[in-house]
Amino acid sequence: MSIDKETIKHVAHLARIELQPNELEKLSGELHEILGFIDKLKYLNVEQVKPTSHILPISNILREDKPHVSLATEKALENAPSKKGNFFSVPKIIE
Amino acid sequence: MELNQLTAHELLEKLKARQTTPKAILDSLHARIQKVEPKVKAYVRLDEPSLSKGIKIRKEELGGLPITIKDNICTEGLPTECCSKILQGFRPPYDATVINKLKESGAAIFPLKANMDEFAFGSSCENSYFGPTHNPWNLDCVPGGSSGGSAAAVASDEAIWALGSDTGGSIRQPASFCGVVGLKPTYGRVSRFGLIAFASSLDQIGPITKDVRDAAILTGIISGYDPLDSTSVNQGVPDYTKSLSGDIKGLKIGIPKEYFVAGLDAEVKIIIEEAVNKLKNLGAVTNQVSLPHTEYAVPVYYIIATAEASSNLARFDGVQYGYRAQSDNLIQMYKLTRAQGFGREAKRRIRLGTFVLSHGYYDAYYLLALKVRTLIKQDFDKVFRDFDCIVAPTSPTSAFKIGERAQDPLKMYLSDIYTISVNLAGIPAISVPCGFTKKGLPVGLQIMARPFNEEMLFRAAHTFEQNTDWHKLKPRL
Repeated sequence: MSIDKETIKHVAHLARIELQPNELEKLSGELHEILGFIDKLKYLNVEQVKPTSHILPISNILREDKPHVSLATEKALENAPSKKGNFFSVPKIIE
Repeated sequence: MELNQLTAHELLEKLKARQTTPKAILDSLHARIQKVEPKVKAYVRLDEPSLSKGIKIRKEELGGLPITIKDNICTEGLPTECCSKILQGFRPPYDATVINKLKESGAAIFPLKANMDEFAFGSSCENSYFGPTHNPWNLDCVPGGSSGGSAAAVASDEAIWALGSDTGGSIRQPASFCGVVGLKPTYGRVSRFGLIAFASSLDQIGPITKDVRDAAILTGIISGYDPLDSTSVNQGVPDYTKSLSGDIKGLKIGIPKEYFVAGLDAEVKIIIEEAVNKLKNLGAVTNQVSLPHTEYAVPVYYIIATAEASSNLARFDGVQYGYRAQSDNLIQMYKLTRAQGFGREAKRRIRLGTFVLSHGYYDAYYLLALKVRTLIKQDFDKVFRDFDCIVAPTSPTSAFKIGERAQDPLKMYLSDIYTISVNLAGIPAISVPCGFTKKGLPVGLQIMARPFNEEMLFRAAHTFEQNTDWHKLKPRL
């Protein structure tokens, strides 16, 4: 599997990580090598095999629907790089 | 012997008999840190001024005994940055469940946190934003990773005992490289609430200690059901110290042939074979077994772990905590924050994970990996039908030189080749010191058991340890 530069740019956008122009070449080489290593999985016959997304035989773990105290607003905001009143503050979203 | 050189259970006895005090123990740790930390660099943020304050000591079960915590486990009010720039200045507003349990047991949380590869992405501790930790047995070598700071601190007596986390070997491999004991508990045994997530279907918190008894005590304290972690299992926690019987007569041990192939260092191979002979002499019965899908474990892991990491690390966007880059545009703010905040390996893994989950590639990579994971798990199920445990090397080599593998991600990934399958199968495994190379570097023996059979690991590892002297050796620093 080779991975072209357009795909790398697309993945960088999906991952929300700004791609530096000088990174493209190196990243393409590295990903190519790692994917080459991963490709050996393709030779296994897994037609009859069910995927394991979770190792424990438990599912639908729900808590009781009871109101309880959660983290106080001030505490939740303590680490915010920027805040206004009781809110996280971010650059303008709507033009 | 100085107090800081003792094991936790030895100190607990002294505390009980009033032969020492928590303050005396802390003082001996501080003296040791002052002396050797400039060489080892096991801890981060040493100059954090607010940390020079004393520790609150409660007198209960653990009597104020200090414990060292990896930098990815949330400690209320104490900086927890995953050794990443993107979490710069983060002070968690709550404690992880394991920290709560330790505090309830009377442990004192040591205010300095242990170094690690950024977000636990690595096998050498070189990917830390704060720079590498050095192996106490040879300062030119890595301590292993990602819990390298925890393992080096315990090995150099800068800590009594420590917590690490293990996603693909991050407790066992550094324990092996530093000559200490490290356990990855069964998936579901220990709550991960407050552990900053790397790969949620693989992560576990576990102990790094000077001997097996300490590992048994610490596992007993941190294990158990937690409503705040829906993957923790509601199953009683036994008194693990009761499994330290010193008797392994008749124990059936499988030796997987796929772990003794090309890539295994010749010297490590001989040391492991001698350890297996020791187990035989102690009454265990050993037989060769097969885990036929072993060679697929690393590729499966680098699909599943990076996919989960790309999703888990989406939360680091400069909005709620940590570092934020300046921009007038929201999307651009995200992109610059993440480009400047994450280190090279973190970016590599997030991008790889994003790729294998993206439209058009999901079935070819992610779904395929989940299917091969099933085959790997079935390999273990089959062997455990006939065997009590599996014994193998923890890592194919002893500690390598700092810088030696840093430029080659694939080579670095292969140092976890013997530990990764255990996480994929969800089973528990322990690494216990079993010898030294001619150059004086420690080698670890890995023992694996059925899910929720940590008792088997403690029994086998303790019997081996008590009949050898490897755990008594200390590095000269």
